[in-house]
Amino acid sequence: MSLLEVTDLRIRYARQGRLKAALRRESHDFEAVCGVSFKLEPGQTLGLVGESGSGKSTIARTLIGLKKSSGGSIRFDGAEISDASSGDWARLRREMSMMWQDPVGSLSPRLTVKSLVTEPLRINGLAAGRAEAERLLGLVGLPAEFAARYPHQLSGGQARRVGVARALALDPKLLIADEPTAGLDMSVQGEVLNLLAEVQARSGVAIVIITHNLNLVRHVTDQMAIMYLGRFVEQGPTEQVFAHPRHPYTKALLAANPEPDPEARQERVALSGEVPNPVNRPSGCDFHPRCPWARGACAAREPGWTEEDDRGHRCLFPL
Amino acid sequence: MAPSAATHRAEETPQTADPLVSIEGLSVDFDTPRGTIHALRDISLEVPKGKVLGLVGESGCGKSTLAYSMIGLLAENAKVAGGAIRMSGQDLAHLGPKAWRDLRGRRISMIFQDPMTSLNPVTTIGKQMIDIQYREPGSRAEKRARAIEFLEQVQLPDAAAKLDVYPHQLSGGMRQRVCIAMALLTRPDLLIADEPTTALDATLEMQIVTLLRELQEKFGCSVLFVSHHLGTVAELCDEVAVMYAGEVVERGAVREVFHTPRHPYTQALFDCDPARFRQATRQLPTIPGTLPDLRQPPAGCAFRARCTKAFARCAAEHPPLYTAGPGQVARCHLNDPAEDAA
Repeated sequence: MSLLEVTDLRIRYARQGRLKAALRRESHDFEAVCGVSFKLEPGQTLGLVGESGSGKSTIARTLIGLKKSSGGSIRFDGAEISDASSGDWARLRREMSMMWQDPVGSLSPRLTVKSLVTEPLRINGLAAGRAEAERLLGLVGLPAEFAARYPHQLSGGQARRVGVARALALDPKLLIADEPTAGLDMSVQGEVLNLLAEVQARSGVAIVIITHNLNLVRHVTDQMAIMYLGRFVEQGPTEQVFAHPRHPYTKALLAANPEPDPEARQERVALSGEVPNPVNRPSGCDFHPRCPWARGACAAREPGWTEEDDRGHRCLFPL
Repeated sequence: MAPSAATHRAEETPQTADPLVSIEGLSVDFDTPRGTIHALRDISLEVPKGKVLGLVGESGCGKSTLAYSMIGLLAENAKVAGGAIRMSGQDLAHLGPKAWRDLRGRRISMIFQDPMTSLNPVTTIGKQMIDIQYREPGSRAEKRARAIEFLEQVQLPDAAAKLDVYPHQLSGGMRQRVCIAMALLTRPDLLIADEPTTALDATLEMQIVTLLRELQEKFGCSVLFVSHHLGTVAELCDEVAVMYAGEVVERGAVREVFHTPRHPYTQALFDCDPARFRQATRQLPTIPGTLPDLRQPPAGCAFRARCTKAFARCAAEHPPLYTAGPGQVARCHLNDPAEDAA
């Protein structure tokens, strides 16, 4: 049994200008995530990759119960959680935790590091004394004297470590990390990722990493899924996807990731245009207006999900 | 990886004669309640004419301070403690407000990191683009036509209609294109781009980098491209300067610096970039330690405490910029010919 099993997940958002939409007899909401399915085993890491607006953070918010889904199922540890009550969530949030995107902004500026890392314990009525704070700081490689500091006295990397300590305080089964390295310097990025890998090796926590940084996905995830406009366009074992992308968008994303080598300036898969608005989806394949390989059929027919061994893609003419 | 892939790039060595801007021993201090921060120390750098100079380094290294000092936008508590920034006979480091008004936005212009906050949210794109031409002669209609021409230059579809929209109606990529159009409108000699793609998605980032390259070649201006993203610097720049703790630690042609870095910090920075590894690895390299306190910069080499190759001389003697290759200099004693002899 998988730790997390998401099937055909759908999430809708209300759109702006609802009165205008009503007058035009248009729908008052739109689907930000449409039919996403994946599984995650204990001790494994899944990377959700996509550009802004692709719905990856929306999935994270729904997994942790901050946004209601409009369809599909989310099974966590064998139980359906998409319709969990707030009472259920109080228990569930002990077993899954979230690392927020902004390392400093997600820490209250008025609390000391000691209060911040032990807050999850306090909320759940567990011992939250000095010993626990020191244990948690030790876990993330921060010296004990940091307990007395305030967030503004921390560097970005240190604040991120405090975030990791908070997320691990209750020894969760699932950790959701939204852009864990955003805003961090290159030399510090590695520290945070190594820390996550180390924690995972020790505790067997399953991790969902949400990011737009493909370099990061390659090194820290077992499975990856590429999102475009609220759908998975490709999913599979990370190594295989990197070695041989099947969907043109995956290929374009990989090419948009310039190597630090001036000799490698080359012909790229240049994508023209920008991501369309999910309120107004293109006909057929979502990606066809930007796809360099698009053919006539792509505008007419919506590609379905094609499973191939342990990976899959959503393209009529895969590469 | 054939060398021919890069043949469109100039072959001359960097720091050629007749640079557009030459920074000579520039030092900038910030007065803070907790002491004076020596943010830039003895920076010597030349911005070559008609080329793209990349400025690379991690947060707190002073790259933005350097960029801001070149357009006279340093904060109130900053003061130039020494040195000069020379551009066609003027010293930009000691320029009065009036002289700056003649220069800024005309001969030197800037693109900022976040295109939303650098555009005025309550006026249309057209009004903003006409307003910034207040010094130029010509009628309103001519200025409007010029605005449309530049929006077309940055490949904004349906340029004329874009004049009537407000910034929030454009996507992030389009807004940054508008900012580039506004920066180039006065045909500046120097364009400063401070992390112009950081707020953009990966596929847009490449579009903007390609656009900057095309426009730079078309207009022939010099570009100072500030970035922490090594991949985009490799893609766009002719020359590069690497900064650490308020100093330039290495500079040279992009190809030389990226292939044979001569400063241990440059090497470590490249090693940390996960894009360098073709093979997946679970243990990523890092640079242990933190930046030195810039209120009391260390006596010897600023990178010494984090450097794996440090030796006795590094603690005692502050390294000068040694010649490390054709047109390449590095602030590390390992490049001192005397060290080889020893």
